Amino acid sequence: MSGWETVIGLEIHAQLATRSKIFSGSATAYGAPPNAQANLVDLGYPGVLPVLNAAAVRMAVKLGLAINARIAAQSVFARKNYFYPDLPKGYQISQYEQPIVAEGALDIVLDDGEVKRIGITRAHLEEDAGKSLHEGLPGVTGIDLNRAGTPLVEIVSEPHLRSAKEAVAYMKKVHTLVRYLEICDGNMQEGSFRCDANVSVRKAGASKLGTRCEIKNVNSFRYVEKAINYEIERQIDVLDAGGVIRQETRLYDSAKDETRPMRSKEEANDYRYFPDPDLLPVDIAPEFIATVRATLPELPDEKAARFVRDHGLVAYDAGVLTASRELADYYESVVRGLGAEAAAAKLAANWVMGDFAAFLNRDGLEVAAARVPAARLAGLLRRILDATISGKIAKDVFEIVWNEGGDPAEIVEKRGLKQVTDTGVIETAVDAVIAANPDKVEAVKAKPAMLGWFVGQVMKASGGKANPQVVNDLLKSKLGI
Amino acid sequence: MSDWHTSTLTQLAAGLRARKFSSVELVRAYLDRIDASQAALNAFISVTREQALADAAAADRALAAGAGGALAGVPIAHKDIFCTQGVRTTCGSRMLDNFVSPYDATVVAKLKGAGAVMLGKTNMDEFAMGSSSETSYYGPVRNPWNPQLVPGGSSGGSAAAVAARLVPAATATDTGGSIRQPAALCGITGLKPTYGRVSRYGMIAFASSLDQGGVLTPSAADAALMLREMAGFDANDSTSVDTPVPDYVAALEQPLAGLKVGLLREFFDQGLDAHNEQRVREALKLFQQLGARLTEVSLPNLPLSVPVYYVVAPAECSSNLARFDGVRFGYRCESPRDLTDLYRRSRGEGFGAEVKRRIMTGTYVLSAGYYDAYYLKAQRVRQLINADFTRAFGSVDVLMGPTTPTPAFAIGAKTSDPITMYLNDIYTIGANLAGLPAVSIPCGFVQELPVGLQIVGPHFSEARVLNAAHAFQRATDWHTRVPQGYA
Repeated sequence: MSGWETVIGLEIHAQLATRSKIFSGSATAYGAPPNAQANLVDLGYPGVLPVLNAAAVRMAVKLGLAINARIAAQSVFARKNYFYPDLPKGYQISQYEQPIVAEGALDIVLDDGEVKRIGITRAHLEEDAGKSLHEGLPGVTGIDLNRAGTPLVEIVSEPHLRSAKEAVAYMKKVHTLVRYLEICDGNMQEGSFRCDANVSVRKAGASKLGTRCEIKNVNSFRYVEKAINYEIERQIDVLDAGGVIRQETRLYDSAKDETRPMRSKEEANDYRYFPDPDLLPVDIAPEFIATVRATLPELPDEKAARFVRDHGLVAYDAGVLTASRELADYYESVVRGLGAEAAAAKLAANWVMGDFAAFLNRDGLEVAAARVPAARLAGLLRRILDATISGKIAKDVFEIVWNEGGDPAEIVEKRGLKQVTDTGVIETAVDAVIAANPDKVEAVKAKPAMLGWFVGQVMKASGGKANPQVVNDLLKSKLGI
Repeated sequence: MSDWHTSTLTQLAAGLRARKFSSVELVRAYLDRIDASQAALNAFISVTREQALADAAAADRALAAGAGGALAGVPIAHKDIFCTQGVRTTCGSRMLDNFVSPYDATVVAKLKGAGAVMLGKTNMDEFAMGSSSETSYYGPVRNPWNPQLVPGGSSGGSAAAVAARLVPAATATDTGGSIRQPAALCGITGLKPTYGRVSRYGMIAFASSLDQGGVLTPSAADAALMLREMAGFDANDSTSVDTPVPDYVAALEQPLAGLKVGLLREFFDQGLDAHNEQRVREALKLFQQLGARLTEVSLPNLPLSVPVYYVVAPAECSSNLARFDGVRFGYRCESPRDLTDLYRRSRGEGFGAEVKRRIMTGTYVLSAGYYDAYYLKAQRVRQLINADFTRAFGSVDVLMGPTTPTPAFAIGAKTSDPITMYLNDIYTIGANLAGLPAVSIPCGFVQELPVGLQIVGPHFSEARVLNAAHAFQRATDWHTRVPQGYA
């Protein structure tokens, strides 16, 4: 791959979280029986007309503001004309020459910690198409128009991405952002968030872009990475062999891990865009933009910077915590429950990213469905901070609360898990371990690193409840090291 | 009720309310006239006799109870471009021969709400594409003044029906003159309101930026009564305008004194038949006598309206008619081999020649490489034409001129040459391009064929335009003439 530079631009389709469709009153909820959520407008019946859903406009403006883009004072819906059975009107209502959002940007963090700014050419509103059904319908094709007319915002990046990894980092960043803004549920399995990747390669140092191929409709971060990497290698192989890249649309086949050209029939060459005469231009007043701006939440980058500044977290941890608004909110609730000490924030961050995230992952749960509410975790961590229990015991208590519920303090009390700080009790255990292991006592004098073994033995004898610091101090003095 | 069929809509509505006759009686009598005329005129595609009689009975009950809307029990017909729930809505096309609409157009619902009783759906050029009502899948409509001649189009069925007094009023649509031109050729009153005044929801689209629903009636007063019920903002139509609906009927009687009338110089061109011109000039003289002040005005870009129209309208139609694909409703070809075959044959067999011609023209002008030269340029010229009108209305209240270059022409005379057919709309297209209200009223006869005078006003000046038309009709009786055999 050396000697070649990759150039990637992404077109991300995010389904807007409106209750009804972009041009009709039908519901947008996922999973209804085929065509149960398609009314006459969605079906493209003779005589029907589209009416723009104001909520979709508000959401697009929100996105535009969050990426520091220009919000068009006037944007125009256009018809993209092509025939396909899942496209009831024979055209898709989209935006073409005058999109609602233009010239934005998002920052991504590269592996080496460097921040790279990715330009966003435009974001425009459009309606989704329906889908064709083949399964269980031998000899015929079914059409489900529930999705037809679902509002989408298409976010088009500049060709600023230089590797599959960067592309994924950017896509994740957009994913995080749209969920922060509550304009998209981000559900990739259901197709609420998907992307087309434009990939080309050129000789390192060349200024002219190579011929690009567009990989259509990839709906997972992993597949985006694999599809792009496959495509990069394919293009380099072709060029190295003296061939030329044909501009075309390709599909990624995850089962075979390859991209291949779409049949040419599926490609329409001339969409004959023109302004949709059924819809008025969308005029957006500065006052409207101001009201939307007032609803913007704290954005991921701002939040992460605040965690670093006010909580003393390292940038990496702040990035992990803010990748999801729910996780960040959870973390902040824990911190609030703990108080303002710097140690508390670090402890909370470690627990939220560690055990908490691991259990969510284990059970496949969203933050909202977590079995340990933030207040409980705060209560648990408070017991660590005031040395009532050790970190190790806390892990056990956490698991008990997660699995069985209950208040951490009560569990510590009832099950006798309180840390032993009584020096007398610990001393007895220390003495017993020293007495039982005279050979090790000799050895530790030459090799002080063996102290850990003694600490382990004492902790074991105490059922994990002895305060490790006290154990450490006592052993050191008794062993004379 | 011996002279009921020559009564005006206004008189019929009053008679029904006074219970001089019942809606059932009236509806049955009109239905009989429709049946008797059908072979000669072919004005209707569907006649909804049973439903009409049931609705009339309901209207009678409402009237007996002292209830019912402004049009309670009044019979009307709808152009078959308006969707009517549970009733076949064909748009004059084989493509929709089997299409029973699951919903009512807003205009249909509003008129229903006002108590009007629908007698049937009128014949029309296929998808409203034509100026003679000859492109209908259901055969040509004939002009009641002379069955060898066309009634004009595309609302020829509605115009012939009103002219022959088969109904006292019929809805119609006007994209380039489809209300006014047949009104002129059939000797009746035809009103095309301001774009956005009447909802387009449920009106099968031909060219969305030009289409406007309106009405054909014997008189301007009747048109005012109908428009009052049809007009208004509709949340289902984003291009309908949210501005109050004035009482057009109350505004009819205002005096004309001081009305500034602009004579459209470009309309009195060499294409205008000398006899037609004479009738129009006589009408203008009468307006002068009624107190109007005449001045000549020029709209220099107006002669470009036909070429502009024949770029914009086909472009929009090529996209609007894409939904007729044989998949969800309408005509589907027999045993398609595959998807492409389904599209090709369903559309190839379902659409007639004129519709295909316009779809092809429209597809061409929107194509990559041609868009700027045709569609974009046409839109720019359209802006110039708008500006011409705006300038003209700075100095005059209304513009007047002929509605058509000639009276009705023979069936088949222009079918082989689309350009001559298109030129028939030369005086009417401007109002569509600029979205202006315009009315055509009968102003005399040339060789026993009616001639139309056109009155165009600024946006939302329907009250003014109808007022002028009404004043003329109070001073003349052209609008009361009924063709021989239908009197």
